[in-house]
Amino acid sequence: MADSTVRIGLVLPDVMGTYGDGGNAVVLRQRLRLRGIAAEIVEITLADPVPDSLDLYTLGGAEDYAQRLATKHFLTHQGLQRAAAGGAPVLAICAAIQVLGHWYETSAGERVDGVGLLDVTTSPQEKRTIGEVVSTPLVDGLSQPLTGFENHRGGTVLGPDARPLAAVVKGAGNRDGDGYDGAVQGSVVATYLHGPCLARNPELADLLLSNVVGPLPPLELPEVEQLRRERLAAPRRV
Amino acid sequence: MTIRGRAALAAGSAARWASRVTGRGAGAMIGGLVAMTLDKSILGQLGAGRRTVIVTGTNGKSTTTRMTAAALATIAPVATNAEGANMDAGLVSALAGSREAALAALEVDEMHVPHVCDAVHPEVIVLLNLSRDQLDRVGEINHIERTLRAGLARHPDAVVVANCDDVLMTSAAYDCPRVVWVAAGGGWANDSVSCPRSGEVIVRDGSHWYSTGTDFKRPTPQWWFDEVNLYGPDGLTLPMRLSLPGTVNRGNAAQAVAAAVALGADPAAAVAAVSTVDEVAGRYRTVPMGEHTARILLAKNPAGWQEALSMVDKSADGVVIAVNGQVPDGEDLSWLWDVNFEHFEGVPVVAAGERGTDLAVRLGYAGVPHTLVHNTIDAITSCPKGHVEVVANYTAFLQLSRTLGRMARNDG
Repeated sequence: MADSTVRIGLVLPDVMGTYGDGGNAVVLRQRLRLRGIAAEIVEITLADPVPDSLDLYTLGGAEDYAQRLATKHFLTHQGLQRAAAGGAPVLAICAAIQVLGHWYETSAGERVDGVGLLDVTTSPQEKRTIGEVVSTPLVDGLSQPLTGFENHRGGTVLGPDARPLAAVVKGAGNRDGDGYDGAVQGSVVATYLHGPCLARNPELADLLLSNVVGPLPPLELPEVEQLRRERLAAPRRV
Repeated sequence: MTIRGRAALAAGSAARWASRVTGRGAGAMIGGLVAMTLDKSILGQLGAGRRTVIVTGTNGKSTTTRMTAAALATIAPVATNAEGANMDAGLVSALAGSREAALAALEVDEMHVPHVCDAVHPEVIVLLNLSRDQLDRVGEINHIERTLRAGLARHPDAVVVANCDDVLMTSAAYDCPRVVWVAAGGGWANDSVSCPRSGEVIVRDGSHWYSTGTDFKRPTPQWWFDEVNLYGPDGLTLPMRLSLPGTVNRGNAAQAVAAAVALGADPAAAVAAVSTVDEVAGRYRTVPMGEHTARILLAKNPAGWQEALSMVDKSADGVVIAVNGQVPDGEDLSWLWDVNFEHFEGVPVVAAGERGTDLAVRLGYAGVPHTLVHNTIDAITSCPKGHVEVVANYTAFLQLSRTLGRMARNDG
């Protein structure tokens, strides 16, 4: 692996990237390059079929129309599903959880079929949940609290095949009152945290990367640690 | 004006004076607020009998309003909300402050445009651009477009001066009977990839764009510009040299001139007038600070940041970028990752502001050499002696302006 370039798929940044989610791909690439591992970002837009040959994939948030365009694209081109079945890590943020689930219901009450990679369904909550989130991870390989910013109307419920990524300490997560954030199923990791998520949670970034390139040496970035301290201490205003 | 209206204005002006002398604010909001509380029809009464231009959009409102006011002043005296207070109270205050002016150039917040139009019956409505503002505060951008569209439908007599490079503003204006299309530029396409009228994809081909879902495409502009000239109807070609930097301000100037010409201004005189605008509510000005001079640019949202960063003179002795995350800025700073900082590679940047750490992490991952100094004044003085370019978001800009004002007073 060390002598070949890691290819990171930034999937549909033209419709799914509402909250700086393209930053997740930048963080993944830089964390490899800073360790001397060649890496590049491959942008896949609505004009391209989704390839199944990339090493890992990141998907971001979107709003109504855009979310629907993305869902249609994944159902037409099944590259993401094939890659996930082959074990390629997939990071799905915010609306991408909804798109990858069995179905989601729009704010107008219409039910839209999803991709079916995650055993989850989503319906609108009474009101949008917005603000800083802190959560305690529930999966192997993560020990540090997760920090991020959430902004979503959809409330997501997990079925038996999906496990939550984390228990919420501050904020709402999947659905206000349920106490969990995100979903993990096979090689797919999903969360409502943006900010972008991996800029604030380097441990999660390295967990995804180590599933591609194997164990990674530590990377000291003092500003990232300072940012984590600041955001973990930040109050939730709403 | 009704007796109740006159009484309301008198009370408003007393409050405005009190706000000024107690140093609690510039006074624009409070005076209008008091007057409005006392008489809800005051805006309509103040607008009556004037020929009014309304300017709205996510970015460039204050600059374009300032330019429109300058261009209109070639015809007659102009009332304008130069302080940038762009909701009802600020408008009342601006109009009440210039009762005799026959013309008005009003900057209006996007969501306030429909009811302000109903009150003042503008002759011209300028639509600049629509993009995401603070992520955690403002509703969906498509909702704003539909609100504007519905509001404009009630004013078929108004001339709409709309930016045909902006998909969402084009949609807002598309059904209006009297539209002047201006190719004012649209560098931020991220928020309009789907068609606001059909939900299908917008395809871009050079400067042209079209919807794949319905008959909706970029109209042919009557006004456009390049680095040298402004071009208008009937072969009009006018050299345009602005005092303000940046391509985006050439677009703002084009729309301001088109609006003034719609009200009867001479095009050449209008261009000359907009070219003199060199400062907009403290923005773009250069201030001396001991061993440094600092030029201050304001950026409020992703599109504004991309524009402001493109204006930064990279040969300056220092670049300071100040970011806050207070409620008026939006608490969610994830948009920092939508802005392309990578082109600062090789230009040392000082990350500043209350959320300077967020910016420092962004710059670090972008490979931009930088330091982190949270206090913006200290950040400026940390630069090598000489000229410093400063870009700040809303509350960081206000804090800096206040501090600079205090320093100037202490010097004098």
